[in-house]
Amino acid sequence: MARLAVQGLRKSYGKVEALKGVDLDIAEGEFCVFVGPSGCGKSTLLRSIAGLEEIDSGTIAIDGNVVNTLRPRDRNIAMVFQNYALYPYLSVFENIAFGLRARKVPDAEIRSRVANAAEMLGIEALLERMPRQLSGGQRQRVAIGRAVVRDALLFLFDEPLSNLDAQLRDGMRAEIKRLHQEIGKTTIYVTHDQIEAMTLADRIVLLRDGIIEQQGAPLDLFERPATRFVAGFLGSPQMNFVATHLDYVDGALTLIFDEGRRLPLDPARAAAFDKYRSRDVILGVRPEHIARANGGAPRKPADAPLNALIDLVQPTGTRTYAQFRLNETEITVELPSHTVERPGTTIELLFDMSRVILIDPQTQHVIPG
Amino acid sequence: MSADGPRRFKTATAGRALLALAVTALFLFPVYWLFVMSIKTPEEVFATPPVWWPAEISLENFAVLFRDGDVRAIWNSAIVAGVSTVIAMFLGTIAAYSIARYRTGGDHLAIWIISQRMIPPIAIVFPIFLAFALIGLNDTYLGLIALYTAFNLPYVIWMMRGYVEDVPLELEESALVDGLDRWQTLLKVVFPMMRTGLFATSVFTFIFAWNEFIFALILTRTEVITFPVQVSHYFGPQQIFWAKIGAMSVLGTLPVFFTVAMAQKLLVRGISMGAVKG
Repeated sequence: MARLAVQGLRKSYGKVEALKGVDLDIAEGEFCVFVGPSGCGKSTLLRSIAGLEEIDSGTIAIDGNVVNTLRPRDRNIAMVFQNYALYPYLSVFENIAFGLRARKVPDAEIRSRVANAAEMLGIEALLERMPRQLSGGQRQRVAIGRAVVRDALLFLFDEPLSNLDAQLRDGMRAEIKRLHQEIGKTTIYVTHDQIEAMTLADRIVLLRDGIIEQQGAPLDLFERPATRFVAGFLGSPQMNFVATHLDYVDGALTLIFDEGRRLPLDPARAAAFDKYRSRDVILGVRPEHIARANGGAPRKPADAPLNALIDLVQPTGTRTYAQFRLNETEITVELPSHTVERPGTTIELLFDMSRVILIDPQTQHVIPG
Repeated sequence: MSADGPRRFKTATAGRALLALAVTALFLFPVYWLFVMSIKTPEEVFATPPVWWPAEISLENFAVLFRDGDVRAIWNSAIVAGVSTVIAMFLGTIAAYSIARYRTGGDHLAIWIISQRMIPPIAIVFPIFLAFALIGLNDTYLGLIALYTAFNLPYVIWMMRGYVEDVPLELEESALVDGLDRWQTLLKVVFPMMRTGLFATSVFTFIFAWNEFIFALILTRTEVITFPVQVSHYFGPQQIFWAKIGAMSVLGTLPVFFTVAMAQKLLVRGISMGAVKG
């Protein structure tokens, strides 16, 4: 187990800056997920930690030892690659044993460690096969086995599930999490999939354009995003963003929309937003934080329903997604099935004003409060 | 389809097969004639009408080659071609690896290298002869080996570059993380991954050196006469030693013929693999 500390890490490819000063601390045994859109630098960061990329400046330290100039083999890390990286000319056993043989581990120990790893991953029956005789999911298990069998300080995963089909991916995701709980090694996992990030991580590091946009526990990031980008990146379906205007109406801070529609802010939070009165703001609200007003729930005095002309209905089975327009923006609402049957109906919606966020249109930062 | 359709189809197939047979016979006839010549007696070689198959198989022609020491030319060829192939393959492969993986020399080095191969040998053979005379390399193993190595390098680099590029980078990176250094990665991952390419390129490199004539003719005297040059000696001013030509050619062709025949599958795969990425 090991701690990882990254400071002021920079890396350019020619004129393109891939990492623009990254600072990061990962605790012992932590499962840390680097997530972000393609080109955000997450893979470069992982490869720099592995020693597969030379960095321009900054330091990378494992357990307090700076490893900047160490070759990959001397950093004692194990890595699982997106394309499995199995050697097609070696059997599954030899593939798993490869790293141990490279480190001159005695034969008897290799046999017992490979057997252990194979058992942990449920691939004992495949040890004599060649990689081409395996399915995608089995190959991925072997690739993970190659990492598990090594007694490495750090486990690195580079988008390990993106080549698998959706169903297999869910299963493997759960298995990777279980594996981490069993071995408890410090793990870094790169993905562009926010569901993977949310479900696996102890801590999410969300990257954008070569810098860390925000990091923290998954639910922290989900519930308290620092920027519009973070708010929009996590969550499916995506958070709705509507440009609107904030001002006092009847003595209460209120969001003012088209067609005379209004949403008074939660009085408990209003004070924090006072300095944005008479200004344009962006309202951020998740689809699941909007409900149908006459859904039977007792109405609180502060509740102010909003009229919505539904123009699109998408049932998914468990929930139904409905859309309506607000200030020229399409808003998605997540409702219980059978709440809305067809487009063209106007319904009253209640926004959970304790959960909505307001964003400063200039800085794109979430206004605290 | 009309009633005589299948019959017409059969005739066409038979015609094509016949044509293929004729062409094959045309090309195989010299090979057959050479072989038969090597096992004939001198009288049979010059008999009219020609003897298609000797009454008795005679190995005397081969025995003569061994008695006179002519087979030494085969040995010379084997040394020169073998050693130069090994060196060219080694240097060429690591150069190709460097070009493919580290972009050594930018975009144009690879093209420049292959352009070296397009020099007609006749244009450089006399300057090389003079240079070799100056440093005493004429008629030595070292001279011919160095020359063949240099001449084959561009081809090896060009071919092997394509094979290196076909090896997924992740395999190498995985090996580096798992505990190998660059050289070990090259030996344990890259070489096994492109073994068909290594084999195909080696065979072509070897055959080039084995067959090469002009350089060998001009740069050797008595010590390292190679097989093609030795055969040319049998075309004397007064007499042409057909029996020796036949026997020597069979000796010189058989090793190459069997190597290629045995490894035909590997070879075809290797050649076509290189062809996809060039």
